[in-house]
Amino acid sequence: MTTTAGPPAAPGAQPSAVPRGEPAGPRARRLLRAVPPIWLVLAAVILLIAWRNPTFVEPAPFLAFLRRCAPLAVLAAGQVFVIIAGEFDLSVGALVTAVVVVAARLSDGDAAHTWWLIPLLLAAGALVGLVNGLVTTRLRVPSFIATLGMLLVLSGAVFLWSGGAPRGSLADNFRQFGRFGVELPGLGQLPYAVLTLTAVGIGLWLLLSHSRFGHQVYAAGGNPQAAALSGVDVRRVRTAAFVISGLSAVVAGILLGGFTGVTAEAGAGYEFQAIAAVVLGGAVLGGGRGSVGASVAGALTLQSVFTLLNLLGLAKSLRDAVQGLIIIGAAAYAAHRLRRSG
Amino acid sequence: MTADPRPPDPVVLGMYGISKRFFGVTVLDDVRLECRAGEIHAVMGENGAGKSTLMKILVGVHQPDAGRIELNGAPVRFHHPRQALAAGVSIVHQELTLLPERTVAENIFLGREPRRRFGVDRAAMDQAATRLLAALGAEDVISPRSLVGRLPVARQQLVEIAKALSFEPRVLVLDEPTAALSPHEVDALFDRIRRLRADGLTVLYISHRLREVFDLTDRITVLKDGRRVDTVETAEVNTRRLVHLMVGRELDHYYPPRAAPGRIGPVRLAVRGAGAGLLHDVDLDLRAGEIVGLAGLAGSGRTELARLLFGATRMTAGSLTVDGRARRLRSPRHAIRRGIGLLTEDRKSEGLVLQRSVRDNTLLAARSLGRGAARRVALADLLDRVRLRGGTDREVRYLSGGNQQKVVLARWLATGARVLIFDEPTRGIDVGAKASIHELMRELADAGAAILMISSELPEVIGMADRIVVLRQGTVAGELPAGASEAEIMLLATGEPDRTGAAAGASREGGTA
Repeated sequence: MTTTAGPPAAPGAQPSAVPRGEPAGPRARRLLRAVPPIWLVLAAVILLIAWRNPTFVEPAPFLAFLRRCAPLAVLAAGQVFVIIAGEFDLSVGALVTAVVVVAARLSDGDAAHTWWLIPLLLAAGALVGLVNGLVTTRLRVPSFIATLGMLLVLSGAVFLWSGGAPRGSLADNFRQFGRFGVELPGLGQLPYAVLTLTAVGIGLWLLLSHSRFGHQVYAAGGNPQAAALSGVDVRRVRTAAFVISGLSAVVAGILLGGFTGVTAEAGAGYEFQAIAAVVLGGAVLGGGRGSVGASVAGALTLQSVFTLLNLLGLAKSLRDAVQGLIIIGAAAYAAHRLRRSG
Repeated sequence: MTADPRPPDPVVLGMYGISKRFFGVTVLDDVRLECRAGEIHAVMGENGAGKSTLMKILVGVHQPDAGRIELNGAPVRFHHPRQALAAGVSIVHQELTLLPERTVAENIFLGREPRRRFGVDRAAMDQAATRLLAALGAEDVISPRSLVGRLPVARQQLVEIAKALSFEPRVLVLDEPTAALSPHEVDALFDRIRRLRADGLTVLYISHRLREVFDLTDRITVLKDGRRVDTVETAEVNTRRLVHLMVGRELDHYYPPRAAPGRIGPVRLAVRGAGAGLLHDVDLDLRAGEIVGLAGLAGSGRTELARLLFGATRMTAGSLTVDGRARRLRSPRHAIRRGIGLLTEDRKSEGLVLQRSVRDNTLLAARSLGRGAARRVALADLLDRVRLRGGTDREVRYLSGGNQQKVVLARWLATGARVLIFDEPTRGIDVGAKASIHELMRELADAGAAILMISSELPEVIGMADRIVVLRQGTVAGELPAGASEAEIMLLATGEPDRTGAAAGASREGGTA
């Protein structure tokens, strides 16, 4: 899997391995610096929730919380590819909705359809990503516009097809991914959604951080000219990033279908939450920085903040405002850190 | 003022002891510049001599690390271009900064539109624009209502100058204003600049074109390697003397020995009649074991030639062979597969992904080629060969210029490149690191690589090259053997008529040999 050529530098043999320009602190502090700060923020928010509501961190409620997080986390893990490559994908929310509505209509609760439905949906998601990618890289439409257009096309198509009132229902074996799990003795249910998130997360992490393709994604977003002059096919790499994002939106839609109703608003707002999660995870809009792990942590943080607001009795309508403040704050923090070290 | 007979005009602008360092590299060192009222004063120097930085300090884009600026004898400090404008220093940058979709008058008064009770007073704005254009004698050819994007470049330039004049400057800086103009347009522009001088304006004229400086200016300050060499009266110097001031210097460091004649092998990369964009009819051979130096003024097509040989620009005419086989290079990917590598002029914007590690940057090209290519190479060996020490996980932006260049070099060793094109290999690199880059280049050549080295630093070309090719206006002006003098190269590059014919003939013989 990994194609990193050559052994990593042995720490003992390289006394000068501390990067210039970064203060070399005691070992513990250096380790702490190596952890993306979003994990610390996440831990702090979870501690706050646990302080108000100690049962939250018991296995069953916590696993249920993770299950609720899974769709957003999967979306963020896909979106981060697009963001690192220097683009946006605003179409994922509408794609999530389309997955739920189309699956309900095509299967109408019949479990026998699920097994061809899922590959079909994945193929459709890949196609949406491919179109996003080709429109962005070949027609040179800025991805912000291209995927906004795709968002409108998808939601319009869903509306047209369902006549505004989605019909049908999802089969139980389709819903099980988002709803049920494996019984663990003493711990309750380990949700399939959490297993899916773990598998998708590890898979995408390997792809981004340990494959040739992943390195090219970073290069294509970090410095497209340098990447192209080093033989990277920047357009192909960016298109592939959109395909990954489209596939992750389908997976997120399937998970979300487990606990949401079949409505035309099922995935509304998820595109912004996914971008917010990625930004919280330290990715820089414009490309070149970010990671799958930190984006998943960003998604968990966003959800736990919502949980905390809920717990504090704040109105649900405050969510969007808080989310907006969080995005701005995270982006400002990232810009500040970059300026200081650049 | 009383009519004084002939003492020198008063000094309007003085810059004293100006020094500036960028990231540890000294760009300006104790530079002095004095301009008198109503003179056209040239600032000359090779590429990288510090002309642009000095002007950016003057107009408040950069702050000097040391030194002071005086206007009419009073000290001034500019922290922002707006302050310089308010104090009477305007600049016309080399790249035009106009908005193509707005009218001439709107561009000139951008953000300072004359107002009436409701909104902008268009009539007043158009009148004021016409007055400014009239100061240039251009009121008949440019209407204040035209869209700037519809005007030819030479007229856009006049709009830019009119805009600078609208700030009522005492000092006007023109940074290489003729780069995009035809000879006829240059003459017209010069008439207009002389008109401004007659109105008492002090003009600072930045250029490295000898003819223009002789035609237009009253005095010349020559910069070299960030220092002021001399300030001379234009009437009192000739071409040779000026070239000597610009380039004459001691060899400031040791260069590795040149290739022994027996070590130069077969032709690896060759082009015949190559053309693309401003390049035309370029013939060039690169042989194994040989370092070819490519010299020429800025704008002569050096970087364009490098990009063409690397497939980054498509060739529109001519043929190209790699190791004797005709090839079409449709993209850098193709060129890399054929064993060609390019070290770009600007490492930061085109060479490196700054926020990625040494490892990722080194392996970037090999990874993009394919699984096999990335597997074959051992990172430690590569970094050893370019003598880069330290951790491989460092982000390359923390490396010095010399070490960054080593990373780019290691990248091409990783792909097994046999033809290496170095575009300004030691720009922005300190002296010690320069020597080690030069040694590496020679080692690679000795190991059988064919090397093309583009450099604006003539001592580097002379010190390194086994053969020197000079470009002028998009084609090969001539070829010189190892050890040619700076003056010979400059004369070919600037196109002194008596030399060109002979040298071009020599190049044709050399090309077919």
